[in-house]
Amino acid sequence: MTYHRSLADREDVLGGVMLAPALAYVILLVGVPFVFAILLGFSNATAGSLSFEWAGLGNYIAILGDPIFLRALRNSVVVTVGSQVLVVILATAAAQVFRATFRGKRFARFVLLLPWAVPVSLAAIAWTWIFDSTFSVINWTLKATGLLHGWLYWLGDPALALLAIIIVQAWRIFPFATVIVLAGLSSIPQEIVEAAIVDGAGFWRRLFRVELPLLLPVVAVAVLFGVVYTATDLGVVYILTGGGPANTTHVLPTLAFQRGILGADLGQGAAIAVFLLPFLIVVAIGMLRLAHHTEVGGAR
Amino acid sequence: MAGIEIRSLRKHFGDLHAVDGVDLSIRDGEFLVLLGSSGSGKTTLLRMIAGLERPTSGEIHIGDQRVDGDVPPRARGIAMVFQSYALYPHRTVFQNIAFPLEASRTPRKQIEEKVRWAAELFSISRYLDRYPRQLSGGERQRVALCRALVRDPKVFLLDEPLANLDAKLRNTARDDLKRFQRQIQTTTVYVTHDQVEAMGLGDRIVVMEHGKVRQIGTPQEVYEDPVDTFVATFVGQPPMNLLDAGDPSHPPGTLTGFRPEHFLPKSVFGSGEDLHTFRFAVRRVEYLGSDRYVYGSVAGGGAPDATIIAKLPATIALAIPEGATHDFAVPRRALRYFDATTGLRRPA
Repeated sequence: MTYHRSLADREDVLGGVMLAPALAYVILLVGVPFVFAILLGFSNATAGSLSFEWAGLGNYIAILGDPIFLRALRNSVVVTVGSQVLVVILATAAAQVFRATFRGKRFARFVLLLPWAVPVSLAAIAWTWIFDSTFSVINWTLKATGLLHGWLYWLGDPALALLAIIIVQAWRIFPFATVIVLAGLSSIPQEIVEAAIVDGAGFWRRLFRVELPLLLPVVAVAVLFGVVYTATDLGVVYILTGGGPANTTHVLPTLAFQRGILGADLGQGAAIAVFLLPFLIVVAIGMLRLAHHTEVGGAR
Repeated sequence: MAGIEIRSLRKHFGDLHAVDGVDLSIRDGEFLVLLGSSGSGKTTLLRMIAGLERPTSGEIHIGDQRVDGDVPPRARGIAMVFQSYALYPHRTVFQNIAFPLEASRTPRKQIEEKVRWAAELFSISRYLDRYPRQLSGGERQRVALCRALVRDPKVFLLDEPLANLDAKLRNTARDDLKRFQRQIQTTTVYVTHDQVEAMGLGDRIVVMEHGKVRQIGTPQEVYEDPVDTFVATFVGQPPMNLLDAGDPSHPPGTLTGFRPEHFLPKSVFGSGEDLHTFRFAVRRVEYLGSDRYVYGSVAGGGAPDATIIAKLPATIALAIPEGATHDFAVPRRALRYFDATTGLRRPA
């Protein structure tokens, strides 16, 4: 009797073979560009030229003295934090609604998920119409209901434009967060909720003292995703305002794109983009610790 | 404190009649056990009393207050202990016990006093700063009882609170529970599928099946005088033996029932006893330490393969060889008769 060990039997070799495509993908398409971006940040490379000279911290010093960059950095923080606060509130509320049984729940859930499925660029174009200076449906509605006297130039006013960006970013992430919170809610044992009811806790006490604390790890994960998606997003701001008016609504990705690609200053563009990294790392670590802590330790 | 009155209570889930017309009168201070297998409607009945489930029709009165309808759980003066204990995992033992007091806006100082008093009563004072996950099953169960107790409820509702404990703990927990209930004298409704728990705890037992009450009575009444074959076989372990003995003193279609512990070798009875004797073909003898279970069948009447069980206490040392036929007997006073078609009890 002959006995052949085929590849499928050799776990030592098989492991490496199976892992190889994923490894190749991560190294070639994530690792290399990432290292390259960091290197570019320390160079004075330009698009359209192969020259590559060290510039040391030159790019960083330049952007830190640039008011447009500082504004973009501030905007990035404001947009990310603002949209995520909105997302958490909306997602928690929506999850409560979708937990109830009502007619047309399946359809409503389908509609809820639509923003998540729509391509960013397409959605942003729709939103430019909603915020249009002449045809803004928000303005027309407010006018018709008598709530607005005067006119809001959504994308023409720096503060309103930033608010518009926050709204669109929140709208984009909110369905995903709702689904996550819904999953978290369904993982809370029914008996715990019922115990709270029998213990005399009303809706708000149940929500804030029982359900939300138990949901905290799940919400942390949803927020982490939201932060990463929002902070790194280029499309919404680029299509909605293009960084305008007068460069007041840039966020780091749009500014990096403008400087590095459109302005051909690859070095400075890379430096701006890399600036995001430490923030995202800190946020990610914080969120993961929170999630881990509440899950295992139970302590505040 | 209050009794509970339940009148023609029904709960339908679509076509399923989970509770199908229950009338029940629970006395003030009574320990009442709802006993039934899963799907008998006992938990649904308890949840309707708690207000977690809305009756399809019928009435529930707690004390002199009618509560079916829109009276929310918190206005019913009830406290409930769940099978999983349903402790809040993110709150310490202290915060768990304090939760219902916080919900009723009790002053801080009073909360502190009450929690410490309850924790003392159940000897869990040492654990007040711990989280539920750091406790054993028995400790968690006591925390759940504490949380129920601090509200000074008119009625305790317990949903299989011992089911998640291991067998060793269950006996002491049962004893603790009963002593505790005697001490505070609060009306208690206790749901279980375990007839040993039901017998040991209940002042009265309500045997339920398919959403209907089969029998209400003291543990002794339910055990000794079951109203039908369902109760006869559901209560008692091993269950009551039922066979068509063809007893000439009864009309045809009568089942004869007797408890395994009354079915003993004829020789152990005194001569003055009025006995019904059976020829018992022994198949197998099970030695269980304190008892022996003898499995076999009796000649004459009934399906020949119907298994009859005898439960012999260890005090009867008589050898029972397997595969042989023996003379076994039941005292006539221990015989119960049932209608073979309806299952209902017939007079002796």
